Amino acid sequence: MGILEVQNVNKRFGGLQALSNVNLNVEEGSVHAIIGPNGAGKSTLLNCFVGRLTPDTGSAIFDGQSLLGIKPHEINQLGVSRVFQTPEIFTDLTVLENVMIPAFAHRDGAYKLNPFAHVAREAEIRDLAEHTLEDMGLQDKMEMTASSMSRGDKRRLEMAMCLVQEPKLLLLDEPTAGMARADTNRTIDLLKHIGETRNITKVVIEHDMHVVFSLAEKISVLAQGTVIAEDVPEKIKGHPKVREAYLGEAQV
Amino acid sequence: MFGLNAKDMRSLVFVALLLVLAPILLNPFPEGSPLAQFNAGYPDLMQRFAIFGIFAIGFNILFGLTGYLSFGHAAFLGAGSYAGVWMLKLLTINVIPAIIISTLVAGVFALLIGLVSLRRSGIYFSILTLAFAQMAFALAASVLTPITGGETGLQTSLNDPRILDGARESSNIPTPSLFGLEMGDSWQLRVGDWLWTFNAGYYICAIVALIGFYIAIRIFRSPFGLMLKAIKTNQNRLNYTGVSTRPYMLACFVISGMYAGLAGGLMVSMDPLAGAERMQWTASGEVVLMVILGGAGTLIGPVLGAGFIKYCENIFSKINKSVLEGWFSVFPDGMADFMVAIVYPFVGKGWHLTLGVLFMLVVIFLPGGLVQGGQKIGSWVTGRGRKKSAGAATTTPAE
Ligand SMILES: Nc1ncnc2c1ncn2[C@@H]1O[C@H](COP(=O)(O)OP(=O)(O)OP(=O)(O)O)[C@@H](O)[C@H]1O
Ligand SMILES: [Mg+2]
Repeated sequence: MGILEVQNVNKRFGGLQALSNVNLNVEEGSVHAIIGPNGAGKSTLLNCFVGRLTPDTGSAIFDGQSLLGIKPHEINQLGVSRVFQTPEIFTDLTVLENVMIPAFAHRDGAYKLNPFAHVAREAEIRDLAEHTLEDMGLQDKMEMTASSMSRGDKRRLEMAMCLVQEPKLLLLDEPTAGMARADTNRTIDLLKHIGETRNITKVVIEHDMHVVFSLAEKISVLAQGTVIAEDVPEKIKGHPKVREAYLGEAQV
Repeated sequence: MFGLNAKDMRSLVFVALLLVLAPILLNPFPEGSPLAQFNAGYPDLMQRFAIFGIFAIGFNILFGLTGYLSFGHAAFLGAGSYAGVWMLKLLTINVIPAIIISTLVAGVFALLIGLVSLRRSGIYFSILTLAFAQMAFALAASVLTPITGGETGLQTSLNDPRILDGARESSNIPTPSLFGLEMGDSWQLRVGDWLWTFNAGYYICAIVALIGFYIAIRIFRSPFGLMLKAIKTNQNRLNYTGVSTRPYMLACFVISGMYAGLAGGLMVSMDPLAGAERMQWTASGEVVLMVILGGAGTLIGPVLGAGFIKYCENIFSKINKSVLEGWFSVFPDGMADFMVAIVYPFVGKGWHLTLGVLFMLVVIFLPGGLVQGGQKIGSWVTGRGRKKSAGAATTTPAE
């Protein structure tokens, strides 16, 4: 039994079959990578799990509950957090506030309407946010406005926003895109490390094979909306269909 | 103190001082001097400063924090006004029930309108609120005449029941009061050529405004306020972060509507007359201008914006052709006529033109409103001050 079980998911955009009969089985506590050429449907698949899209048919069961047909905030409250392909952060707010918000959402639930509480007196939330930012190496930028950060820093901020919630399932859409090599390695270490201390299951979409092979315990290969292979890393490397999909892309 | 940090406490004290000293600050020119027409320290206008300040503070809680631009806030002001007059008619001439009930009634209105309007965001939200407000205006002016007095408006009259204090026989329509202290009561102080008027009604408005300002600060500094700011920057992210934005928006809209209702209640407490035009879209637009002009999303901006617009409205509109001719009489004849011709369109009935030009200048050059202007001047002055003191050697340490 996986913590996330996806069966026969289909999604059509007009004439484009973006996903066809996608199956996915993510083991609890594992790192599951999804790779595939551009436009394969990787992000579309994640969109189906967080309530951004509803698949035409199929099912996605997380921890015994269906993720389809419920609202994004309800999915998050079940313990699913996502890092987006283009950073989704609160650009006008400070870095610290960016991380405190998800921490509030994690502690207080979907809403808590108390106009007379104090942000300044929430030491516990603040500490939590500061620690998470330290883990991401952003401790010197906490008072900065998020919009003024570099692309790599924004991505790490978004990761901090997800990690502060201690999700059960973390979905990462190209978490190292736009990062320098050193930062990429740091992120790899971090993702490994949090996997050990807390029981966070991770689904990672990546183009960077260095990242994929450093982290993944299992890899699904998506091409033109279809899973063409799902296996352990060693077997994926030499898989004929995978080579074909990537070489095919290279020729275009 | 009061759960505020030092900076917010300073803002609160600043506003408190402004409000308390307004009768003096707004009358800088001696009685009878040619500049006395720029004095704004008379009760009627000061009451309006405070009341529209409250209206703008409330509007800013919605627009400044969440970015949702309501074009129908005058409906809540109007609803509050009608509710207030009814309390003065039915219950008592004491203003307290009127002020409380008008706030609550506006809150209920805001809840109903918010439930529908908040299904949409952006321009569609603005249009929905505008549609509701225009509907309310049209109903108030026609079908609902028994409740609203239609086009003539609703006012207190001699044979109102006033079940709590109606027994007191009198041949005049009583004026609203606070336990006997009439809103029109004033105490005048003459110092040299200066005349200062301290009006009971104004001080009641000022106290309420100060409380309203304090509550706004608390909202800005709460996790609730932080969520509202997050809605403004990235509502999608907030949803994926596990926050249901709907209850936050609705609560914010209701609070904002209650401020408008409170302003309406105070308005009729000062002058017990409510008309449908108070709900018209121009009134909704005015509060938008106030907040943007002052600085949306800042604490003090809406107060400044409200004061600025009400000052222009009342002072510029009083300047007529003969006043202008008086000013420019020092110039030679042709020149004087020329100056009068140029300035005239911007004053008197043309004060809207002045306002429009100022508004455009502010939006283009100071997108942060008057507050941003103040900050720029402030940093310019302190920047120069620092340079000077650095040049003047290090004899006196900074305090
Ligand atoms: N909302 C949408 N409406 C219409 N078409 C879409 C939509 N979202 C994605 N698509 C299309 O579906 C296909 C798959 O897109 P998707 O973003 O999932 O690819 P991807 O595998 O994430 O690619 P990349 O590696 O470039 O991020 C693309 O052809 C894309 O143009
Ligand atoms: Mg993608």
